Amino acid sequence: MNGIDVLGPQISVLVAAGVVLVADALFPGQRRLLPFLALAGLLTAALWTTSWVGRGDYQTVFDGTIVLDRYAVFFQYVFAGVTATVILASIDWVNREGRRQSEYYALVLTVCAGLMLLAGARDLITIFIALELSSIPQYILAGWGKDAKSSEAGLKYLLLGAVASSLLLYGMALLYGVTGTTILPEIAAAIEAGGESYRALLVVAMTLLIAGFGFKMAVVPFQMWVPDVYQGAPTPVAAFLSVGSKAAAFAVAIRVFFEALGADFLSSDWSMIFAVIAAVSMTLGNLMAIVQSDIKRMLGYSSVAQAGNFLVGLAAISVAGEEFILGASGILLFVAAYAFTNLGAFVAVIAISQRINSDRIADYAGMWKTSPFLALGLAFCLVSLTGIPPTVGFWAKLYVFNAAVRADLVWLVVIGVLNSVVSAYYYLGVVRVMFLGEPGTEQRFRASPSIAVALTATAAGVLLFGILPMPLMSAARDAVEVLAR
Amino acid sequence: MTPGIEHFLTVGALLFCLGLAISLSKRNAIGVLMGVELMLNAVNLTLITFSRFAASPNPVSGHTFVVFILTVAAAEAAVALALAVAVYRNRETIDVDRLNLLRS
Repeated sequence: MNGIDVLGPQISVLVAAGVVLVADALFPGQRRLLPFLALAGLLTAALWTTSWVGRGDYQTVFDGTIVLDRYAVFFQYVFAGVTATVILASIDWVNREGRRQSEYYALVLTVCAGLMLLAGARDLITIFIALELSSIPQYILAGWGKDAKSSEAGLKYLLLGAVASSLLLYGMALLYGVTGTTILPEIAAAIEAGGESYRALLVVAMTLLIAGFGFKMAVVPFQMWVPDVYQGAPTPVAAFLSVGSKAAAFAVAIRVFFEALGADFLSSDWSMIFAVIAAVSMTLGNLMAIVQSDIKRMLGYSSVAQAGNFLVGLAAISVAGEEFILGASGILLFVAAYAFTNLGAFVAVIAISQRINSDRIADYAGMWKTSPFLALGLAFCLVSLTGIPPTVGFWAKLYVFNAAVRADLVWLVVIGVLNSVVSAYYYLGVVRVMFLGEPGTEQRFRASPSIAVALTATAAGVLLFGILPMPLMSAARDAVEVLAR
Repeated sequence: MTPGIEHFLTVGALLFCLGLAISLSKRNAIGVLMGVELMLNAVNLTLITFSRFAASPNPVSGHTFVVFILTVAAAEAAVALALAVAVYRNRETIDVDRLNLLRS
């Protein structure tokens, strides 16, 4: 029974998905209430997680395959919040689309359950199952729209995703072959005991794992799906994948690489690979983002660049001890900050694009005059993505770069800072168009209540943690300290 | 001569490379999917080989892994075919080179 208690949050999200489907069949006249049913499920999950925080006795269940620690709890909160925001931001779009409403919410909740399971997975099989539980519904969601672009995006995402998970699986198979176990701490023990003689095999396995996770993180050279899928998928879905699966990939990568492959003769290798990928992702992502005229493609390339920033932290965690805590808590802080910021930007884009029926940046001209609230919200989130105070994005970058300096990766930090300057060009370019451009029409418009709630919540988070970052920082620190031991 | 672990692993690695080559070079979406299935089966063969031959403390987990991979691959194939049908309805082609509506 204890295992079910530990998995309570995930189970309640899945139950909510089932309830949404059944409720739609039983009461077809009450479709407007479906999103609130979904939100109730997420609230139950968050409360269940909170009850574990209150009880404070964290544990490992199901023969060590699932662990509930502060680290898992941190990510469960992030995923519940992200999913709730996405559902709020989807309501208008789903109502307008008009068809298969319950299935949409059920799939979004299934993705959320997979992401939450990933946060606590400590075994290669469980990681694979959780990853696919979150990926397969995302493929469907990306192809959810009626138009040809959306199904094209869905198919491309699925084909590339399937190749990436095959690479990941082969890496896992080799890791199992060398160590004889699938549980992460036991893998570490087996490598410690005599893995050095299998070094070549381990390096191949590690590279394949990096390829598999790199696809989910959307880093160069596994980024080719990003702009296409972001542009083609329905905007709320693009918002979900830009934050949810990226955060989950980093959550699991920290666990796998530090907990299982943390041996000295391996960690220097993966740290170097991550540093190089980080530098290339930041540079290429930013340069490609500059030339985009479609805001969703621009946000796609910007998310590649942001993933590069996360990787700076991942490159810095190869040394156990204080360096690990700094680097890993920097990533967690960055994940939370990015979740707030990118979701806020996407929520504003969802509302604006539904109104003006265009995703072209040029059509955002004069948004400040026609819809001051949305323009201000979007501008504020873009400022935070650039990393300018007083926003949470600033602290996230500072923290990660500080960790990298401590880990002797000064060259990487220099590239990162230069890239921040480049990114300011296109982020603030959108702000300039919105505030200084002349609107095509003088007709003002308001955001719907659900969009207003979602945008206010995310922007408030960006501002609040931008002024008072300490609570978030200490939460991130507490979360990673359980791994450091 | 009875085949040993190295023979099975070599076959697995060859199958995996073949599958990867197919999935990266085929232009037809269904062809890409077949390449992926080949890669997944190569992984299954490798896992079974390791749990059969290597002196592992827990040989069952290799078998368990294979069962899960088979199940997930089936689910993934179902979604892939559904999406391929959706694309074909819209575009009358599933040639991945001609799926080029998405560009800047």
